Formats: sequence, structure tokens, C-alpha cells
Amino acid sequence: MSFLKVENVSRHFGNLVAVDGVSMTVEPGECRAVIGPNGAGKTTFFNLITGMLGLTTGRVLLEDKDLAGIDPTHRVKLGMARTFQITEIFPELTVSENIRIPVETAAGLSMKARMSASQRSGVRQRIDQLLEEGGLSRIAHRYAGELSHGDQRATEIMMALALNPRLLLLDEPTAGMGDDETHAVARLIKRIHRESRMTIVLIEHDMRVVFNLADKITVLAEGRPLAEGTPAEITANAKVQAAYLGGAA
Amino acid sequence: MKFDLRQNALNIVIWVLLITMPAWMNAIGGYTQLGTQVVIMGLAAMALNFLLGHTGVLSFGHAAYFGLGAYGVGMTIRYLDASTPLGLLVGVLAGAVAAALIGPLIVRRRGVYFAMVTIAFGQVFYFIAVRWNTVTGGDDGLTNWHRQNIDLGLFKINIMDSAIHFYYFALVIFALAVGLMASILHSPFGRTLIAIRENERRTRFIGINVNFHIWMSWLVSCTFMALAGALFALQNNFVDPHSLYWTQSGIFVIMCVLGGMRSFWGPLVGAAIYVVLQDYLSSLVSDYWQFFIGLVFVAVVLFFPRGVMGMLRRRAVE
Ligand SMILES: Nc1ncnc2c1ncn2[C@@H]1O[C@H](COP(=O)(O)OP(=O)(O)O)[C@@H](O)[C@H]1O
Ligand SMILES: [Mg+2]
Repeated sequence: MSFLKVENVSRHFGNLVAVDGVSMTVEPGECRAVIGPNGAGKTTFFNLITGMLGLTTGRVLLEDKDLAGIDPTHRVKLGMARTFQITEIFPELTVSENIRIPVETAAGLSMKARMSASQRSGVRQRIDQLLEEGGLSRIAHRYAGELSHGDQRATEIMMALALNPRLLLLDEPTAGMGDDETHAVARLIKRIHRESRMTIVLIEHDMRVVFNLADKITVLAEGRPLAEGTPAEITANAKVQAAYLGGAA
Repeated sequence: MKFDLRQNALNIVIWVLLITMPAWMNAIGGYTQLGTQVVIMGLAAMALNFLLGHTGVLSFGHAAYFGLGAYGVGMTIRYLDASTPLGLLVGVLAGAVAAALIGPLIVRRRGVYFAMVTIAFGQVFYFIAVRWNTVTGGDDGLTNWHRQNIDLGLFKINIMDSAIHFYYFALVIFALAVGLMASILHSPFGRTLIAIRENERRTRFIGINVNFHIWMSWLVSCTFMALAGALFALQNNFVDPHSLYWTQSGIFVIMCVLGGMRSFWGPLVGAAIYVVLQDYLSSLVSDYWQFFIGLVFVAVVLFFPRGVMGMLRRRAVE
């Protein structure tokens, strides 16, 4: 059984066809990269998977369950977590509080007006563990809105991980970062993937990151699927060379 | 940790001031009833701020629930049973039930659209209060009723005649309500509300049902608003349709902004400034007092966008 199956999805915005008949099958534990030039429809494709946008055609299945009619909030409960191309965090809360909210939600506490002592210490431990894993311990008490771009991205990734997702979707996690930050984030994703065998789909522009992380790559161009394969196959693909890699390299 | 210390110091200062108010109010030129009004309006503003400042949702129709609480207590005492506790209970329930029913119709709206539908629903209650004059007294208000003393068996609280007894009666209710709001805000549920204020999209993608949580916050906010309205009617032994007119909602918003919406105590400070200024200015310049309050409001918005408490906090940090 495949884990995530996207069948022939499309999305129109008026006359514009942002995503046009894309299919993708992701196996459990796989790390899949989605690449393509700006405006290729990658973010829209993520929005279709997470239910943020409705489908014009096609189906999205998680473990063979059709997600039609399930809103983003409930898809999170089914195990999907995502980050956004433009970081979405809680700017006026500290990093620790940013992490706390998804930790408490994942623990089923979000409707609770009080916590038992054991719940409280469980939450505290989980927050500390996530701060540690994300390399955020030293800035745990800073306001998220004041952090560097890279630290904000790391905070957002750890907020997604706090939900204990089975499918993690990352939209350009290294966009706008310098080499050091890019390297740190790539290492973080690699470690998450290796240690938890979480299924990851990431949109990424930096080819070094893609080739370092991805088991398989899906290439989109102008909303359409251009190619799919292992990093080696994609490098060798003439169509991809012409449309994308040639231009970027 | 440092911040907690300061927050605790602030809590102590506020409670000491409130508990000792009747002792110094006269010395600074005020009177006990003015202190009572600060406490009651402070409760109303803090109730609104539960939604406005801590959930990030602007309601411009909260006077409706204030008014429902006020009419609830007045009509109960006049028509049903001359009992202050029963009147309070009916007033609070009236506000809570109305908020619970109206909530689902409005929680999908955001920003100014939410504010507008809350005004629209608020005006419905205003027109009922004006038009149903055989029962509500219409424009003249609901008269011929009086708050009743409270018999606790061992002793009686003489809130009918003693302004000081009524002050402490209102303060105890204020303390219970504010304590409850604070404990909700410091719980996991309360943090989901802050999350909605901070970033609704992120909150949704954490798996929180945002509309449902806004409905809950709205319900809590309106219920405490009704409690404040009921106390207000008890203080005056009177209620008229002004207390649920939309401009009254605006006054509550002004109190929150004056004091600082991000601060827990800000709305109480804002209410104190508003009530005291109104009392002072209206004796000084009669009809023009609203003009001067408007000036103060504009000055605060321009120079201290986070209100008085926001300004004090920045001073303390520097
Ligand atoms: N909500 C929207 N409304 C209208 N057009 C949109 C919307 N979202 C994306 N688009 C358009 O769809 C195309 C694909 O955008 P996007 O998915 O963001 O591409 P990518 O992430 O690959 O850069 C672009 O032309 C973009 O302008
Ligand atoms: Mg994009």
C-alpha cells in the first residue's frame, strides 16, 4: 500500500491552470522532492494535498482513504503537517510557546482548561526535546518575531514535528537562506527522516539540498508533470535538462 | 522569570488598590459609587478583551450582552421574584444563551465583517428593548425595582442601603470572574485563543478547529459581559436601552484600547480612566465631556498604540 497517492489533480484559477493533471505516489518513509521553476504550481500542489484549496479534478488519498471533503484541520489529525513558503509562526510568542501550542494540541489538550501535574511535565519534556532537536534551546525564550529567518524556519519545522505527523510537507524550507543556514536546515531534515522514517515531501530550489535528501524527485513545469525518478534519473533526463536544470545550473 | 516577578507585583498592586478603594476614594475627591462603577465597567472591558485582545476578534456588539444581563436582572426582580442572586443568574443566562445561539451564525466572519454582524445582532436587542415597552419600559427604561439584600443565613449583606457593602459585593463577583478568565487564559485552551490571535492560518494547520474555538471565546466573553451588565443594573436600580445601544459597545472597545488590549489588566485601567474622566469632565464642562474623552483617545492611539499598560511595560523594560 502506498502512503500518499495523488491522482490526476488539477486546479484552475479562472483561466489559469495552476496545476494540470498531476499524479504522484509516495511510499511510506520516502523523502520526495518536488522541483520546478517559479510559478510551476508547486505550492498550489501542496495546497491541494493539504486541503487548503479545493480540487478542480482528481483525488488525494492517504493510506487509500479518499480525503475529499476533509478540511485542513482534520487532515492534520490524520497525520499531515506542513510548513509554508512564507513562514507561519506566532511572532509575539516565545519560541518555547510556539512549540508548546502544537505539543499540547498533539496531546489532545487543546480544549482543556486545566492540566494534571503529569500532563504538565509530559508537555514540558516534549517541548524541551523538540527545542533540543531543532537546535533552538539557546533561543527558547526569545520572541519568534525577532529571530533570524533561519531560526524562524527551524521553529516552524519543529512546530510541525510537534504534531507527531506521519507525513511532513515542507514548502521551500531553505528559501532565502545563506549557505550555513541552508546546511543546518538540510541536516535537520535529514536527521528527522533518518531517525523517524517519517514520510516527507519537500519543495526545494537548492539542488544540493534536493540531491542530498530526496529518494525520488517529481518535476513540475507550467503545472504539468515533466518527469519523475531517482536523483540520478532526473539528472540524466534530457527534458529536465532543457526545461529546468540547464537554466538553473 | 523576571517578567513573572513583574506580573506578580502588578497583580498585588491592583488587588491592594481595589480592596482598599473605599478607604482612599473620598480622600482623592471621589466617592464609593464611582469606585463601584470602575469595577463594573472594568469587568465589562476585561470580558470584551477576552475576545478582542486575547483571541484577536473585534466585536462591536458586546453592549447587547451587557444589556441582556442588565434587563435580565431588572425584569427578574421586578416581575418574577425579588431576589438579587436569582436576578444575576437569569441575567447571566440570558446573555450566555443569546451568545451561544448567535455564535454559530457569525464565527465564520473575520475582521470588519465580524464587527458588522455583531453590531447588526446587537441592534436587534436594542429595538426589542425600545419597542416592547409594556414589559421593558421602552425608552424610559425599566424602573420600579430595587436590588435586594442578600441573606446568607448567618448574616445579611446590606447592599440596598450601604454603598460600601455593594462595592465589596461587586468586587467579590469581579474577583471570581477575573480569576476564572485568567485561569482559562493560562490553560491549553486559552493558549489556542492566543494562537488564533497571533496567526490563524498556523493555528488551523496545527489541527485546531478555529471557528469552534472562536465560538467558545465569544461565549465566555459575552457571558462575563452579561454579568457586568447585571451588576451595572443592580448598581443603578435601573436599566434603559442605552446600555445595549451600539455606541455603548464602542465605549467598551475604547476602554480596551485606552488601557492596552495585550495586557490582562489594561482594560480595567482603561475603564478607570474613562469612568473617572467622564465623572470629572461632565461636572466641569457638562455636554462637552465626550469631546475631551475623544481627544484623550486619539492621543493614546497616536502616541501609545498599546495603551497605557503597553507604555508602562515598555518603560519598565527600558
Ligand atoms: N490563490 C491563487 N489565485 C490565483 N492564482 C494563483 C493562486 N495561487 C497560485 N496562483 C497562480 O498559480 C501559479 C502557480 O503558483 P504556485 O503554485 O505558487 O507556484 P510555485 O510554488 O511553483 O512557484 C502562478 O501563476 C500563481 O500566480
Ligand atoms: Mg511556491
